[in-house]
Amino acid sequence: MSRTERIVTANWGDPDVIPVDGYVAKGGYEGLRRALGMSPAELIEELKSSGLRGRGGAGFPTGVKWSFVPQDTGKPTYVVCNFDESEPGTYNNRELVEREPHQLLEGLAIAAYAVQSHTAFIYCRGEFLWPGTVLQRAIAEAYGEGFFGRDVLGSGYDLDVVLHRGAGAYICGEETALLSSLEGFRGQPRLRPPFPAVEGLYESPTLINNVETLCFVPHILRRGAAWFAAIGPEKSPGTKVFSISGKVERPGNYELPMGTPFRVLLEEHAGGVLGGRALKAWTPGGSSTPLLTAEHVDVALDFEAVQAAGSLLGTGAVMVMDETDCIVEATRRMLQFYAHESCGKCTPCREGTWWVSRVLARIEHGYGRPQDLDLIVDTADNMLFKSFCALADGAASPIQSSVKHFREEYERHVAERRCPFTGEGPGGVEPDRSPDEMGAPGREPSEPVFLDLGEVLR
Amino acid sequence: MPVLTPDLREQAEAMKSRYPRGRERSAILPLLYLVQSVEGRVTEDGLREVADILGLRTAEVEAVATFYTMIRLRPTGRHVVNVCTNLSCALRGAHEVYAVAREAAGLAPDADVSEDGAVTVHEEECLGACDAAPVVQVDFANHDRVDPEGAREIVATLRRGELPEPSRGAAPRDFRHASRILAGLEEPS
Repeated sequence: MSRTERIVTANWGDPDVIPVDGYVAKGGYEGLRRALGMSPAELIEELKSSGLRGRGGAGFPTGVKWSFVPQDTGKPTYVVCNFDESEPGTYNNRELVEREPHQLLEGLAIAAYAVQSHTAFIYCRGEFLWPGTVLQRAIAEAYGEGFFGRDVLGSGYDLDVVLHRGAGAYICGEETALLSSLEGFRGQPRLRPPFPAVEGLYESPTLINNVETLCFVPHILRRGAAWFAAIGPEKSPGTKVFSISGKVERPGNYELPMGTPFRVLLEEHAGGVLGGRALKAWTPGGSSTPLLTAEHVDVALDFEAVQAAGSLLGTGAVMVMDETDCIVEATRRMLQFYAHESCGKCTPCREGTWWVSRVLARIEHGYGRPQDLDLIVDTADNMLFKSFCALADGAASPIQSSVKHFREEYERHVAERRCPFTGEGPGGVEPDRSPDEMGAPGREPSEPVFLDLGEVLR
Repeated sequence: MPVLTPDLREQAEAMKSRYPRGRERSAILPLLYLVQSVEGRVTEDGLREVADILGLRTAEVEAVATFYTMIRLRPTGRHVVNVCTNLSCALRGAHEVYAVAREAAGLAPDADVSEDGAVTVHEEECLGACDAAPVVQVDFANHDRVDPEGAREIVATLRRGELPEPSRGAAPRDFRHASRILAGLEEPS
């Protein structure tokens, strides 16, 4: 295959593949037909040998995940498609669904057959009102054509698919929080083990896959595992839909082979940094992955290479900042997000995200103190790996990486008592907001202590 | 006065059957959307009715409702304007878009509903359409690449009682209609 062949986005731009007829005319549901002719064990082997790894962030081998679902528990088995796409910067799931909904539904049916589940749920992010509607129509069509329902394509296998809409909570993209939410509770994560494969939805074996992951499955069935395994690097085969946004000329979703250097994505596909300015920082996989810099422009975008560079591939969502963007403000905005979205269950996350967002606000606005840098790094260290789920770990990423790569910029904010980019702060231009709004402490700090506990408790 | 008419109460029962027997609690979010489609928000009466339908305590339903930002427990405008100010949108000027949207709605610093009751302006987290930054949603229909003038126009249009054309898909008539779609009972017109 040519280096630039697209797989899951090949039909983008062709509105005919949105309705089921057009999708079938392009070979749609042939993968499901082939899968139904195989035993579930053969099907899982096929997926394993394709080398497909989950595209939702963790990169776990999909076939292996399928093989973890036990078949002898006497309980029903469920499949849940995670369409709660909300990692900042990530938007490929939404476009995959809007442009070719049946590709996802076919992948979902194949996955459900592989683990012998008869009920599949699609957890659709609440804010995705239109993509959810596209899916709802497509599900009805799939029932009408016999791809879902009783006796799928005459195979004797039954499958029901239910669209479930969320209601605005980033944490529900975390798989155990998603399950709590789907069961009708607050979307709070659960301790693992037990893992969802063994005890997931309704305390039953549950397979959870991301939208993009499932979209690859029909193609692997149609064209074979060996074809897929030959694309891209050996350990991260296939293509990946990279979402690039922020300060670039042509933001968008670009499907490229895994291992494509970031420079190729940025310059050849996204048209380079906006206005020809210099690259300053970028996230390889959403705001929860450590920032990289212009030094890392030749890093290959695959799980191993990005990790070796000190970050994570995550969802492949690249947010680009240029030389005119303030890293302290960017980090502050990211922490505002985590503080808002922390579900509040675990103290390191609930408290850490909120306090760090406050401290970053005062640094940004010229009220920071020299010891604040150590304070936020120390707080990040105390958030990392100390909660039920990875939200706090994600929040620690921008804190630690921004201080690591841009310590001088933080120090300038403190030394000059203003933001060097906006000039706002007590050491510069008077802002049109009150010092309180800008995170200023109630009194000017003079001592190197934060708080006298005795004073507070009196 | 009950919130749900007998007809809607029947629909509510049918919504429970989307989920496996004994797992009807899963219908709590769709049912909250159903109540919201009638009330334009969710009041205590609405919480009580959802609790009654599911055989739960009102406090249990409230605990869920307060967790999710799309379930509105406070007074809410006929239309909800969501402005994303997360990083990719912020880098493209979203803070000004948000400020102008608030200004066009005539909102005081601590208010989020315009005095005429037409719009609620809400600062949103990433809406998953970052190629189109800054992103604004009107009743969850997307508007791409909205500059400050565009935001002013969107809010003014809504306050005139008209619907701005979304960038993709069809626009719900208002926030109640959006809630009914989210309950899985209707499609956008």
